[in-house]
Amino acid sequence: MTLVDVHAHFHYPGGSRADWAERNASRLAAGERIGITCHVASILGTWGRTSPTYFPSPDDVISGNDAMLALTRQHPGKIRSYACVNPNYTDHALEEISRGLAAGMIGIKLAASRRADHPLLDPICVAARQHGVPILQHIWQHRRKDWPGQEASDAVELCTLARRHPEVAFILAHIGGGGDWLHSLHAVRGVPNVYVDLSGSGVDGGMVETCLDAVGPGRMLWGADLTLDTGLAKLRYLTYLLSHEQIERIRWRNAAAIFPKDSFGAG
Amino acid sequence: MRIDVNAFLGRYAFRKVPGGSPASLLETMDRIGIDRAWLSNLSAIFWKDPTEGNSVVYLAAAQQPRFRPVPAVHPGLANWKNSLDEAVKREAPCVRADPSFYGVDPEGGEMRTLAGACGEVGLPLMMAVRLEDGRQRHPHDHAPELTPAAVRAIIRADSKVRLIVTHADREFIEQVHFGSTPQEAARILWDICWIWGPPEDHLALLLRTVGLERFTFGTGMPLRLPENSVAKLDLLEITPANRALVESGNLKAFRESDPGARR
Repeated sequence: MTLVDVHAHFHYPGGSRADWAERNASRLAAGERIGITCHVASILGTWGRTSPTYFPSPDDVISGNDAMLALTRQHPGKIRSYACVNPNYTDHALEEISRGLAAGMIGIKLAASRRADHPLLDPICVAARQHGVPILQHIWQHRRKDWPGQEASDAVELCTLARRHPEVAFILAHIGGGGDWLHSLHAVRGVPNVYVDLSGSGVDGGMVETCLDAVGPGRMLWGADLTLDTGLAKLRYLTYLLSHEQIERIRWRNAAAIFPKDSFGAG
Repeated sequence: MRIDVNAFLGRYAFRKVPGGSPASLLETMDRIGIDRAWLSNLSAIFWKDPTEGNSVVYLAAAQQPRFRPVPAVHPGLANWKNSLDEAVKREAPCVRADPSFYGVDPEGGEMRTLAGACGEVGLPLMMAVRLEDGRQRHPHDHAPELTPAAVRAIIRADSKVRLIVTHADREFIEQVHFGSTPQEAARILWDICWIWGPPEDHLALLLRTVGLERFTFGTGMPLRLPENSVAKLDLLEITPANRALVESGNLKAFRESDPGARR
């Protein structure tokens, strides 16, 4: 059975973690146990080592994307990748998107370097449409003001951007990743090109049901982010709530519909 | 045998949460494979007198042998010892207190006195670090999270005190465990519900560094999906024997370890 994690991360020697190899190995080993057939992953610069995680410098963006591409070559088919870019450096971001997608990346990852509805994101959305790839936007649910470390971006702003670019598929990152998910789910209801990624450490009772009520199984994507155990828990709970066909959509079919054709094999 | 020490009946005050009745809890336990659950009253945590909710958990436990009652004791109320006496009389496995929700100083004299009294009667005291992620709480939900300093203060209050601490993460546990003497640390049992699994592997690390014997199974349901606590054990490299210790064996040993020996 196909299972696509649309929100994964890996580490590398150029990043901030001394235990990078252990963490990567742990993700892959746990993924095998869970049955993940493809990790769609990104590396956010150097994870804070030489520029902030959510404000990666252009050099660090390249370094992280290079490491991500190396991982996809080491694990063909098992790991696919997003091109992480910083929209404050428009030309660089567009070059990096072209470079990454040409090398086999299948999506664009935006951290929290600029508010999600800022015009600086428009050229990136145009590139996404031209290449036919989705944008995974880091979101802290219900974040109306700037906090240290990342610029505010919540579902309201992402939906504003999505309405400006109705032909682009946007992934609202980690509904369980912290913050008021109920606020986000109210925002995304009427915006059909925004998909909800179920990842994050949150396993709140009622969250999955509210996702289903807000966007239905046709706009939900399975993912884990930093905690594969919570991803597995939500997957198991979904099997209790939904039909096989509905779960298949969340496991991979919705992802297959928004990522480039054949990103995940034949399913 | 899988025992969930961290389950709730009742309604959450700040958002809609499915479940909360004895029947739905039983259905969930069957779905997950949980044999027994220790029940606290979620609604009553927010009441001025949380002990008014104890009758609900006593009744549920009287009607269903898979349930055990976890009554609340509010050390800021007059005659609070009556609640403790009733817990002993009704053979509750422990009592709970949520000081920040009660408006009581978590490391103040009232809590230390309560902890000491629990130690005297041989009952562990259960405390939750949090109920929800602090980043998503209701604008009017201001009760501070329990701090590692408070747990260290309470465990030091009396050598007979035993604590079951729920909803703690890796950093919290490490700050208490390594900020305590081995004798103090041995009187604390941690539930696993808020500890991360792979790829960060906090649970695997803590089982090695803090000790497997210090952890027990808990879910936080229905506020949290109970599938999560099972999933993190399923993803752990652990022998069946050690898994059984986490799922119930450590809890049994902890209950039999009453340092006051006055059961």
